[in-house]
Amino acid sequence: MLKTLLSILLASVIVNNYVLSKFLGICPFLGVSKKIDQATGMGLAVIFVMLLATAATWPLQTYLLAPNGLEYLQTIVFILVIAALVQFVEIALKKYAPALHRSLGVYLPLITTNCAVLGVTLNNISDGYGFIESMVSSLGCGLGFLLAMVLFAGVRSRVEKAIPPVAFRGIPITLISASIVSLSFYGFAGVVDNLFGGAL
Amino acid sequence: MSKTQIFIKGLIKENPVLVLVLGTCPTLATTTSVISALAMGLAATAVLVCSNMAISALRKIIPDTVRIPCYIVVIAGFVTVVSMLMQAFLPDLYEMLGVYLALIVVNCIILGRAEMFARKNTVGDSALDGLGMGFGFTLALLAMSTVRELFGSGTWAGYAIPYLANFKIPILTQAPGGFFVFGLLIATVAALTSGEYPKKNSFDCEGCPNAKFCGRDVCAEKESEENAHA
Repeated sequence: MLKTLLSILLASVIVNNYVLSKFLGICPFLGVSKKIDQATGMGLAVIFVMLLATAATWPLQTYLLAPNGLEYLQTIVFILVIAALVQFVEIALKKYAPALHRSLGVYLPLITTNCAVLGVTLNNISDGYGFIESMVSSLGCGLGFLLAMVLFAGVRSRVEKAIPPVAFRGIPITLISASIVSLSFYGFAGVVDNLFGGAL
Repeated sequence: MSKTQIFIKGLIKENPVLVLVLGTCPTLATTTSVISALAMGLAATAVLVCSNMAISALRKIIPDTVRIPCYIVVIAGFVTVVSMLMQAFLPDLYEMLGVYLALIVVNCIILGRAEMFARKNTVGDSALDGLGMGFGFTLALLAMSTVRELFGSGTWAGYAIPYLANFKIPILTQAPGGFFVFGLLIATVAALTSGEYPKKNSFDCEGCPNAKFCGRDVCAEKESEENAHA
């Protein structure tokens, strides 16, 4: 059991990294990665929302939608739950934890339309994970997102100082550097399988 | 703006992917083959046209303060319809697109057009705008998937290309190749159109359709920093 959980965690942090190999959550990855502190704030907020969203959507799917044959409403229900949840968390944080709200709050509304959050909840269902496995997988995906954001913020601070050809300035050079960071994660493929003897 | 202009602007001048850089997730994820790119483009176009028309028709009824949740419900409804139709009639493509089909809901192009165009214009204009933007999106996906499939697997839409099949660069069909080809394409468009079209030089808030309803503090913070530098 523990071995399965650990392999799910490691696989979602490094091998199936949501940003760098599944292309989910590219907008915040490219948009909020100019500074390391902003990247960290966004990453932490995403982990938080992913865990909450999974905790809310998994029981909904298992105990409400699936028994009543309402699986086709999955997309609508999940996006609404996530949007409402994010609003609610923001209000709650503002009232009860203003310090936390100041550091994470600004990133919360951005996350509603982040495809990584909706993606992780949908993937957990389609992978047939149980509740604990889903939570671990969400934690892993969130950590992977944070890792990618922080690493890329570091890379970008160096790229900002370079002088690329005119046509490559701005977005193109950012994408090329993302490609190289993604290439480095590509090297992890197979690591988890070898560690756990193909336990996946 | 004439009807043709509304339609044409999405194709090249304001191409949602290559000029405005929106909808990057599906662009990178579904362009490994021409077939899946085409399917993604057309599915998103169908959702975009329908949601643009519905939102434009409802523009006087939807209260301004809760418009974003309303738009999301409308869009999610059409995404469900399109994905059920695909599951029934094109099961192979449905399997191929997988989770990305459901993720059309959070595609910024669709929410962006609702916010920027459909809520201020008539139903007919909104449909044209959706069609133009959707075809622009499909065109960009086709261009990118052509490069990735031709050089990555030596085929085009499944047909083997004689010479290229012997010199494949498989990494192009993988994640790193996606970022790389996307970067090259945007650079090409920037080089070809330099100065002619308004182009965004970096990912920042003004180009993001979410900026209007996101925590503007991030954008404000960024602006004040930029002003401090200047």
